[in-house]
Amino acid sequence: MKKAISIHVNGTTHTVNVDPSTPLLYVLRNQLELNGPKYGCGLQQCGACMVLIDGKAQPSCMYPVSAVKEQKITTLEGLGKEGKLHPVQEAFVSEQAAQCGYCLNGMVMSAVSLLSDNPHPDDDEIREGLHRNLCRCGTHSRIIKAVKRASL
Amino acid sequence: MLKTNRREFLKTSGCLVIGFSIGNISSGQNSFIPQELPQSIRRYPDINAWIEVLANGKVRVFTGKAELGQGIRTAIAQVAAEELELSMENVEVVLADTLRTPNEGYTVGSGSIEQSAMAVRYASAAAKMKLLELASDKLKVPVDELVTTNGKVYTKNGRNPITFSEILDGKQISGQVKEPVKLKAKSEYRLSGKPVPREDIGWMVRAHQNYLHDLRFPGMVHARVVRPPVYGAKLKTFDAGYVKKKVPGVLKTVNDGNFLAVIATDEYEAMRAQKVLGQSATWTEAAKVPATEKDLKEYILKLPVETDRVQEKGKITSEEFTHTATYFKPYIMHGSTGPSCSVAIWHNEKLHIWSHSQGIYPLREAIAQMLQMPADKIEITGVPGSGCYGHNGADDVAAEAAIIAMAYPGKHVRLQWSREEEHGWEPYGSAMVVKVGATLDATGKILYWKYDLWSDSHSSRPGGRAENLLPARYIKKMFTSSSKGYIGGATRNSEPYYSIPNQQVNANFFRGPLRVSALRSLGAYGNIFALESFMDELADNAKKDPFDFRLMHLTDQRAKDVVQKLGEMVSNVKPGDGEGLGIAFSRYKNSASYCTVAALVHVDTTAKTLRLKKMWSAIDAGEVINTDGLKNQTEGGMIQAASWTLKEHVKFDGTNISSTDWGTYPILRFSETPEVEVEIIPRQNEEVMGAGEAAQGPAGAAIVNAIFRACGKRIRDLPVKLFQD
Ligand code: FES
Ligand code: FES
Repeated sequence: MKKAISIHVNGTTHTVNVDPSTPLLYVLRNQLELNGPKYGCGLQQCGACMVLIDGKAQPSCMYPVSAVKEQKITTLEGLGKEGKLHPVQEAFVSEQAAQCGYCLNGMVMSAVSLLSDNPHPDDDEIREGLHRNLCRCGTHSRIIKAVKRASL
Repeated sequence: MLKTNRREFLKTSGCLVIGFSIGNISSGQNSFIPQELPQSIRRYPDINAWIEVLANGKVRVFTGKAELGQGIRTAIAQVAAEELELSMENVEVVLADTLRTPNEGYTVGSGSIEQSAMAVRYASAAAKMKLLELASDKLKVPVDELVTTNGKVYTKNGRNPITFSEILDGKQISGQVKEPVKLKAKSEYRLSGKPVPREDIGWMVRAHQNYLHDLRFPGMVHARVVRPPVYGAKLKTFDAGYVKKKVPGVLKTVNDGNFLAVIATDEYEAMRAQKVLGQSATWTEAAKVPATEKDLKEYILKLPVETDRVQEKGKITSEEFTHTATYFKPYIMHGSTGPSCSVAIWHNEKLHIWSHSQGIYPLREAIAQMLQMPADKIEITGVPGSGCYGHNGADDVAAEAAIIAMAYPGKHVRLQWSREEEHGWEPYGSAMVVKVGATLDATGKILYWKYDLWSDSHSSRPGGRAENLLPARYIKKMFTSSSKGYIGGATRNSEPYYSIPNQQVNANFFRGPLRVSALRSLGAYGNIFALESFMDELADNAKKDPFDFRLMHLTDQRAKDVVQKLGEMVSNVKPGDGEGLGIAFSRYKNSASYCTVAALVHVDTTAKTLRLKKMWSAIDAGEVINTDGLKNQTEGGMIQAASWTLKEHVKFDGTNISSTDWGTYPILRFSETPEVEVEIIPRQNEEVMGAGEAAQGPAGAAIVNAIFRACGKRIRDLPVKLFQD
């Protein structure tokens, strides 16, 4: 049965009328019409759907919207401030760190989360920080460079 | 959006179209050299098929190719901006769309630059010539005293600026690109051959609507397909009433023969309905998958085959070779990060489909055949999807969306495949076996070479054939696959590029147990893996350095140059304890880019670990439009091929495909990814050559060659299993 549920996304409270078991991903994409989080596997295996939940990068594809409650959700759309890109977004552009770019949302989210915990990670820590994210195009080396750049 | 046809579109966007014939060229004749117009121009000679000048002074360029993450949008904009003397911001690119763009077939075989970018170069140059002529008439100044920058034409002393749209005066001129076309001198290039950044990466980081998956239409509904348990099972029963009762929001169950789908208002409801309907459905037993991946090599060698002699030079006098080896490559999958997706609507007797297919025109023909309707009732708009690396589920999902939309008129129907559907139902890259034998002469040169390969087809793209669309095998008016597909793909790079006096290459085609089609580089990956592994084995046999051994068999100077360049790149690499450096060379298709790859691995036999540390590549792709684009493709190609080589094989268990997610079909993760470095050999005065698939084969071979150098173990069966066995 559908229910009215309120969630805080990118600084705004939204009330949506959905089945409470609906994974957050579908609410973000379909009800809130956000393009950032992507469907990749629905199994928490690839990271394409990542969002920040209270500042930590988490897959949204199996997380029921009813569990969100008071937690603050940030999507790719909500990273920049006052029309300016977040340094991680800037770094992805500077390093041209995409081929198809389908994985990019999750990479950026993981990187933002990593850098907030560890502002100056070395290469191995970056690899570790992005371990949950898959990229089929093989853009890994550029993504690592982008995270490095954002950490400088 | 995007529902207007081309003509209406021109009207509504208020832009002008230019087009003309170039009959009386009056200046710069001495720079004309005999030209052969690009093939796409010969098929679409009208300039307005390629170029429009908009009222706001911008230029819109049409390409029949799709953006697959290879950066074609940027490369096309670069060549147009170059010839028309515009800045990048003043050029916009429209990608493949049956309503708007030329039909350039498939976006495959690394051919987009060779075909489409070159067509746009000629069309843009022709457009510039005409603009200057018209300006000359208007300003009463001879053409050769005029210059153009940024959408304006001036006299050489900078006077009398007049914009492109003023020059055209609201007129629409029709005409064709005809030779000779005066192209800009390459020495004057500002943009071509430069690492121009991709605008679309800016859209991606800003989460703009960029992908097919992001399309939303008012009132759009969501569909899901119920899959049979196994290839070829037939639907016996299902319970539409039950699913309607269990899942609120279900709008319709669609059934046609063995094809079963469900439509709901909400995407999550559609997913639940797919599950419930699936549980209610019963299917006939179907043909079992006859082998498991474990005994696949032996199984393949026992299959009936059709044999082709691919190459015969000199004479093989004896089959007693001094050195022989057998190599095996399993089925591997495209495994796009985003599963396939499509939107379709049947409205006013017209079917409009949005697709991330690599070939929307051939797809339209195939869907028309499947639905038994004229192709001109169908329009397909290409929208970028997740990287596909070949023929994945894109065409199938579009065909399924079409069937469902026809059954539910007037609404946009969005169909999204799940991870499990993409893994289980996409057409894979064929398994291959290669047996090769050779004999060296007294100086260590190869005297005899015999190469026998076994492969299934490497392309069963729609190509206007309904049977190549997955749902066409399930609907009542069933289309069954009988064609062999594109056999040529299997033999790609099966002939050595080395000079060998006596050689024979044979291809044995089998029909394997799994659905197959084109995967990046087709047979070249398997062939180059075998061929370049064997070259390494022979080098060892001849006690030669692997660089020298290749060089002594190469005659083409550009081929030697990429080998030597790679040598320079790794000259300071001194493999430490447990480390090995391996190399490989190929010229893609034996006619496109030259590419060498080196790999450095570390093998720890005590800890039983293998680590691929770094890969290098030297590449000669002739003239390069975007140097960073080429590097990006080559880096990505190496890393993807590393994943194929080290980790990937489609598993099946005699009944089912058991690789259904990233757990059962693991690919390379960050912790396993090598560092990569690419150097381009500049050849701006040569022809452009396809490059997007050039690294796949040499990357695979370089890794196994490095493993051999590191620990003495020769890997002949992929994926690499150094310690698991
Ligand atoms: S879609 Fe959520 S992890 Fe893959
Ligand atoms: S860039 Fe295509 S999946 Fe990462």
